[in-house]
Amino acid sequence: MMFLKAFIVGGLLCVIAQLLMDLTGHKVTPAHVLVGFVTAGAILSALGLYQPLVNWAGAGATVPLSGFGHLLAQGAIGEVQEKGLLGAFSGGVAATAAGITAAVVFGYLAALAFRPKG
Amino acid sequence: MAEVKDSQPLEIQKREYQKMVQEVQPRPTVGRNVFWAFVVGGLICVLGQLLLNFFQGRGLPLTEAGAATSTVLVFLAALLTGLGVYDEIAKFAGAGSIVPITGFANSMVAPAMEYRGEGLVLGVGARLFTVAGPVLVFGIVTAWLVALLYYFFR
Repeated sequence: MMFLKAFIVGGLLCVIAQLLMDLTGHKVTPAHVLVGFVTAGAILSALGLYQPLVNWAGAGATVPLSGFGHLLAQGAIGEVQEKGLLGAFSGGVAATAAGITAAVVFGYLAALAFRPKG
Repeated sequence: MAEVKDSQPLEIQKREYQKMVQEVQPRPTVGRNVFWAFVVGGLICVLGQLLLNFFQGRGLPLTEAGAATSTVLVFLAALLTGLGVYDEIAKFAGAGSIVPITGFANSMVAPAMEYRGEGLVLGVGARLFTVAGPVLVFGIVTAWLVALLYYFFR
């Protein structure tokens, strides 16, 4: 059941992005989509609206980049609760450190190891 | 032919021309794009759920299982981008291959590979952040801002 929910919610989030691009004559680029999703995820998370979606759809809500924004916001808010104001500076990146490091390390190694086609 | 057309009122010529253009133009592809975005985006999330369940089954708490899942997905996306497979998927999957974290990884590797000739620093190093840079800027600033608001107004 969780797989079906993940499929539906993850799929629908991608549909929103596809419509944003197609219906604006591609003035909305993939870069805009990624930035928009991370920002929207962080804002929805702060309003308490994203966690229910994560609870319901699991990876369907955490794998899309809005989930990255959610993780950033919850990390920052969580550390503010624990440490006060300094947490706003440390919590977000701390919560997303694994994903960021993986992307930088694997991205760098892949760019070194492979040649573009054509 | 030309003579006959010329004798017609301009309005009719215009209408006929528009009809011809419509017939020749490719059919709107929005429906097909949306379908593939849904299917591929959904399937990547299902793969994420599989990984999440696997890591939780190995005894990892939810937070760590999530981090491990992201790490594996990012690794797979970097590898498939390097092999040229991810871009083949992206051709028909559109947003389905952009929105998941795999798309984030793809947006780093693809330009870094492309501009490798400009050197390791300004080629690979800088181009890794062509899209990831803006994503991190907006993501981190937004998270900082909401945490700040939380601190003052909770």
